[in-house]
Amino acid sequence: MTEHTTGIEIAWQQKLDGGEFVIQQCGECQRHVFFPREVCPHCGADALGWVAPAGLGTVYAVTTVRRAAEAGGDYNVSLIDLDEGVRLMSRVEGVDPADVTIGLRVKARVAKQDERGVLLFDRAEGDAP
Amino acid sequence: MSPNLTALRGSVAIAGVGTFGCGKTPGFSDMELLAGAAKQAVAEAGLTMQDIDGICTASVSAPMWPMPVIEHLGIRPTFIDGTMLGGSSFIAHLMPAMLALQSGQCNAVLVCYGSAQRSSTMNRREISKTRRMLDPQPYEHPYEPMLPPSAYALSASRHMHEFGTTREQLAEVAVAARQWAQLNPTAYDRAPMTIDDVLNARMISDPLTVRDCCLVTDGGGAYVLVRADRAKDMPQKPVYVLGNGTACWNRQISSMHDVTTTATVDSGRAAFAMAGMTPGDIQVAQLYDAFTINTILFLEDLGFCKKGEGGAFVANGAIAPGGRLPVNTNGGGLSWGHPGMYGIFALIEAVRQLRGECGDRQVAGVQTALAHGNGGTLSSQSTAILGTADTL
Repeated sequence: MTEHTTGIEIAWQQKLDGGEFVIQQCGECQRHVFFPREVCPHCGADALGWVAPAGLGTVYAVTTVRRAAEAGGDYNVSLIDLDEGVRLMSRVEGVDPADVTIGLRVKARVAKQDERGVLLFDRAEGDAP
Repeated sequence: MSPNLTALRGSVAIAGVGTFGCGKTPGFSDMELLAGAAKQAVAEAGLTMQDIDGICTASVSAPMWPMPVIEHLGIRPTFIDGTMLGGSSFIAHLMPAMLALQSGQCNAVLVCYGSAQRSSTMNRREISKTRRMLDPQPYEHPYEPMLPPSAYALSASRHMHEFGTTREQLAEVAVAARQWAQLNPTAYDRAPMTIDDVLNARMISDPLTVRDCCLVTDGGGAYVLVRADRAKDMPQKPVYVLGNGTACWNRQISSMHDVTTTATVDSGRAAFAMAGMTPGDIQVAQLYDAFTINTILFLEDLGFCKKGEGGAFVANGAIAPGGRLPVNTNGGGLSWGHPGMYGIFALIEAVRQLRGECGDRQVAGVQTALAHGNGGTLSSQSTAILGTADTL
C-alpha cells in the first residue's frame, strides 16, 4: 500500500531519526501492527500503511536490569501496550526503575541514543483511558 | 490428530544415549564434546558409527553445523536434519527422525549436540556482541535487555502481577532442582541451598536472582533412534517415543500476545494426543528450566495444573524428591548443568529414568516420562512423551 524507496525497517528508523514515531495499520482489517512488517500478521493482507499513534500506553510487564553503578547503574526494560493495541519493548525514564510498575500509564517520546532516534516513554499525566 | 501421526506412536525407540564432558571441561571444542557423547550413544546401542545413516544436529554458533558433524564422524547419512529452534531443537528432531525411519529413508538416526560454552576461549560478552550483529533485533536491542534473562524476567513479572505468584514460589523451583542434584553425582552444583539463599542471591534482572537462572556449563549429549522392531534385539532396554509435538508462535518476547502462556499449549496438546495420554498418566517430567519461571509456565501450559496455579503447584516441595510429581530429576538446567541448549539433556534424563538407571534419584516404577524443550526467549517449544514396553 505504502510506496517505499527502502525496506520498512530503514523507513521506520529514518522517521524515528527525524523525531516521528509511527506504527502500521492494516487497510483491510484495520488492526494496528508493531513491529513494522510486510504483511499484516492478523489477516495476511498486503495493505499496511503508516499511522501516527496517540503515543499513550500502559506498562504490561517490567524488569530492572541490574548494572554496576560505574557502568551507569540499574535501568528499566518494559513491555508497553499502546492504546492502539500493539505491544513493544522500551524504557520508561524519569522514574526510579523500581517505581516502574505494571499498569503505569506512559507517554511516548522520541529521543536520540547513539545519534539515532529511539523511542522512550515517560510517566503520563492523568488517568487510564 | 491425523491417524497417520497416531500410527507413529511407539514405532521408534531410543536405543542409546550418551553424555560427555558435562560441567567444566576446558580444552575441548563443541565438536569434541559432541563426538564424545555420540560415541557413547552409538556404543550403548551396540552399533558402530558406520551404522548411523541419519543425523540431526544444531549449533548456536555454526549455521551449517550438520556438514562439519558429518565430516567429523565420518558418516554418509541418507537423512539429514539441521532444524535450529534453540534449546528445543533436539526434542523437535524426534518427529522428522521418526518419519524418516518409518519411510525407510534411513535405519539409525543419531541426534547430537555439544557446547564448550563455559570454557570456550572466546568470552561470552564477545559472543553476545557478535550475535547481535549477525542476528539483529532492531526493536529490542536498543533497550539493552539482558538476554535471555530479562525476557524471562518480564514473563515472571507479569505472572506475579496476574496470578499472585511469589518470588518464594519461584525459589521453590530452584530448591527442588538442587535437592534432586544432591542425589545425582554427575550434577554440577550440589551445595545445600534454601529458599532464602535464592531470594538473597545477587539480583540479575528483577525478579530473577542468579539462583533463578540456569548454570553455564560445558557438555555434549546424544541419542540414537531406531525402528521399534529392531530395538527389541538391541543391548539396552528400549524407550519408545509415544508422542511428539513442536510449536513456535514468535521469536521476540515483545511479540508474545501473552507472556504468561507459551506455545507449549500447542506442542503439549499434540504430543498428548499422539500418545493418547493426559498429564495424569505422566510419572516423571523433565521440563527445560533455563529460569525458575519456565518450570511453572510449562507445568501450566502442559496441563499439570491450570493457568496461574503453577506457583501453588510447586510450593511445599511438591516437585522435589518425595513430592507429588518428580520434575527435573537430574537437577535440571538450574543445578545439573546447562551447556547452551539443554533440551537434549532433559530427554536423556527421561530415558535414564525409564531404564531405571538413576541410582539414588531413581523414581520407582517409572513407565512414562515427559521431556519438554524450550528455545529462544519462550519462543519455540517441543514436547516428547516416552514410555517403556508396557505402555505400547
